Amino acid sequence: MGFSGDSDSNAKAQADAGAMVGANTSAIDGANDDVTTKPAKVVLREIVDAVYEQAWDAKKRGEPVGWSSSKFPAEIAEALGLAVVYPENQAAAVAAKHGGRRLCEYAEALGYSNDICAYARISLAVSDGAPAEERPVPPPDFLLCCNNICNCMTKWYENIARRHDIPLIMIDVPYNNTVDIPASRVAYVSAQFEAAIKKLETLFGRVWDPARFAEVCANANRTASAWLRACGYCAMKPSPLSGFDLFNHMADVVTARCKPETSRALEQLADEYEQAVKEGVSTWRRDETWRIMFEGIPCWPELQALLRPLKEHGANTVAVVYAPAFGFQYGDMDGMIRAYCRAPNSVCIEAGTEWRAALCRENSVDGILVHYNRSCKPWSGYMLEMERRWRKELGIPVVGFDGDQADPRNFAEEQYRTRVEGLVELMRANSVTRENGAPL
Amino acid sequence: MSEKEIKGTIEEVFSYSARHPARLLEEYRAAGQKAVGILPYYAPEELVYAAGMAPLGLWGMEGSVRGAGRYFPAFYCAIARMNLEMALVGVLDGLSAVLAPSICDAMRPFTQNFKSARPDIPMIFLAQPQNRTEEFGVVYMTDELARVREELEAVAGTRITDDAIRDAIAVYNESRAERRRFVRLAASHPSVITPERRSDVLKSAWFMPKPRHTAVLKTLNDAIEALAPENWTGGKVVVSGILADSASLLSVFQDNRLAIVADDVANESRSFRSDMPLPEKDEAPLRILARGFAGQGADSLLHDPDLSRRARHLKGLVEESGAQGVVFVMMQFCDPEELDYPHLKQALDAVGIPNAQIGYDQQMRDFGQARTQLEAFSEMLADRGRRDCSAASSTGR
Ligand code: SF4
Ligand code: SF4
Repeated sequence: MGFSGDSDSNAKAQADAGAMVGANTSAIDGANDDVTTKPAKVVLREIVDAVYEQAWDAKKRGEPVGWSSSKFPAEIAEALGLAVVYPENQAAAVAAKHGGRRLCEYAEALGYSNDICAYARISLAVSDGAPAEERPVPPPDFLLCCNNICNCMTKWYENIARRHDIPLIMIDVPYNNTVDIPASRVAYVSAQFEAAIKKLETLFGRVWDPARFAEVCANANRTASAWLRACGYCAMKPSPLSGFDLFNHMADVVTARCKPETSRALEQLADEYEQAVKEGVSTWRRDETWRIMFEGIPCWPELQALLRPLKEHGANTVAVVYAPAFGFQYGDMDGMIRAYCRAPNSVCIEAGTEWRAALCRENSVDGILVHYNRSCKPWSGYMLEMERRWRKELGIPVVGFDGDQADPRNFAEEQYRTRVEGLVELMRANSVTRENGAPL
Repeated sequence: MSEKEIKGTIEEVFSYSARHPARLLEEYRAAGQKAVGILPYYAPEELVYAAGMAPLGLWGMEGSVRGAGRYFPAFYCAIARMNLEMALVGVLDGLSAVLAPSICDAMRPFTQNFKSARPDIPMIFLAQPQNRTEEFGVVYMTDELARVREELEAVAGTRITDDAIRDAIAVYNESRAERRRFVRLAASHPSVITPERRSDVLKSAWFMPKPRHTAVLKTLNDAIEALAPENWTGGKVVVSGILADSASLLSVFQDNRLAIVADDVANESRSFRSDMPLPEKDEAPLRILARGFAGQGADSLLHDPDLSRRARHLKGLVEESGAQGVVFVMMQFCDPEELDYPHLKQALDAVGIPNAQIGYDQQMRDFGQARTQLEAFSEMLADRGRRDCSAASSTGR
């Protein structure tokens, strides 16, 4: 079982940049068609490609195609057999292939401020007809918007709905200030699920089939469980994977979590990690002197720049919050609704801190690198406080850097490099202190 | 009331209150009344009033960010950063609680930062529904309000009765009506009710006891109504945005002879343009408040299935007020407003309504750019006015 997904060479890192967001890259050309012999990373990439191909096919057949936010309950469209693509994933793919700036500037020329989330700007440009060869998507016939991750989503989708004059199905998930989700909020979201299903049935003449829904939910649960199992290998010392691989495979969990092939491919991935542990190999082909958590979405246009100093210092990423964020499982409708109420940006600071702290503990993290992502206000807005809490609770250093997930103009490599060096110094000092048995 | 007396009343009552909320807070406390901070947006102030406590609007403050920079990176709006700054520098020390809605992406982390920064000030959290008009939205909002009511009761140390809420609704509806009347009257007397005076009258409602604000405003409105109509030769504009209460910014309007004849501003008309509805048979007062919230709209913060509602509202404001154009006062880093802007601009351009966008932040010291833009805008409006006049006279109209 090959591990071609190393993050070692620059050329490889670039190929991975495409892979990370499931974009078609030449790396998969000539891949063996025999599923059993393909590495999981190739299978996973093809699954994402297939999501987009199916949407194009649907369009050609005259069927409706939806654009969906990443944490809209995918189970609904899947159960109704509706083709859906994911603008956030598209934006990430475009950004990883260096189209982010072009499309952000296109959106700015339409009057959108450069303060606005770069995913939104990219998608608004695409919705206006800007070419996005990096990851082309069919124009939308309907929109599935869930604001559990942000309200920017609401405004962004309103703009597209207005421009295309198409139906906008809006599921509103209010923000939570407590770890437990109040029952009245669950009831509110539940009623919206029902309304969304009815609306889609009416719009597209589909019939809701509870048996099909149960099947889809079972797939989603299986995917989540395989995802968690794969992510769990980060806890091994040394880790059989670079945590950046998980950013890579997140594309599948976003775009295809209800499909059985995704569950199978993630199970294969976990098996590969298992095997790698036995063989003592890893997709992180450097020393693992330091084990870090990378907090936030990576700067897609700058993956090489992000990895470079980490490689130089032997700092492997062994924790990313997307593991618990997308590894949600549920037993019934109520559980599913609660799961969708627990998106990274819809949980309170106590829950958000604990998600990450637990990961850091389980995965023996030495230090945390926080991406202050200019695009994502709900995310970056409480990170400074989380930093303090982590330092106190975990006794490990935390360092932040400024960047952006998709607009390269908001990232400065020099600052990043300096911050990584600072983190390494602090981790070193911390390990000496710990060895000497001094209090943290 | 003469013109001079009108100005005097505004100065003594409204400007004083608008500019010294901290003194009002002291006065409330000295009189043994608890005060509760009302954060943006659409917090059910009526419940605070019904609890016998004094609501005080929190819309940030002008100044620099210091301590809040330890919570928010630089790319956050003033509402988030300056309100936190106020909490950190002690301006909010006398408050018994704050009521904190979370409807915007900046306010989500704000609530978390607030409770981290000031655990000693109880934060009453509120998560309003975006799908608010359907029955399930009204039911959910009513539930949220019931929790808010309980938490307020704990702060007040007293029960909030249904009757007290009904009474509060009546008091607030009366206040809203009087403020709407003031906005209309101000539009026809722009040299007496300058942009700054207009702002003070409206802003003070966030700090003064509502019955007193309404009573004085009623007298003031009657007096303005009795004045002879003005022959205003300057420009007339509608202002749209989150805040437009900076004295420096308003003086730029004034210097360029731009009268604000209507507004779509969050801490002005958006907060009083619609009343709480009349009760349906035996309706619980919390449900009235929930339906009142459901009836809000034409706001960047509120999702509306009718996607052209805000544009229509803005065009309607221009038409009704006789404004010649719209000035967007764009709060820096305000995603909701920034995401509405291109469409609104397009909608106004399409019907030939001149519009300009000026950037604003509470940390702003230099209004030079706003001055240049508003000078140009004002000249453009005057030119259009002259052209329209000569076109009208050449066609014999
Ligand atoms: S990056 Fe943040 S602001 Fe942008 S779409 Fe995602 S959650 Fe929303
Ligand atoms: S609406 Fe705009 S100004 Fe208000 S809190 Fe949100 S981002 Fe800030």
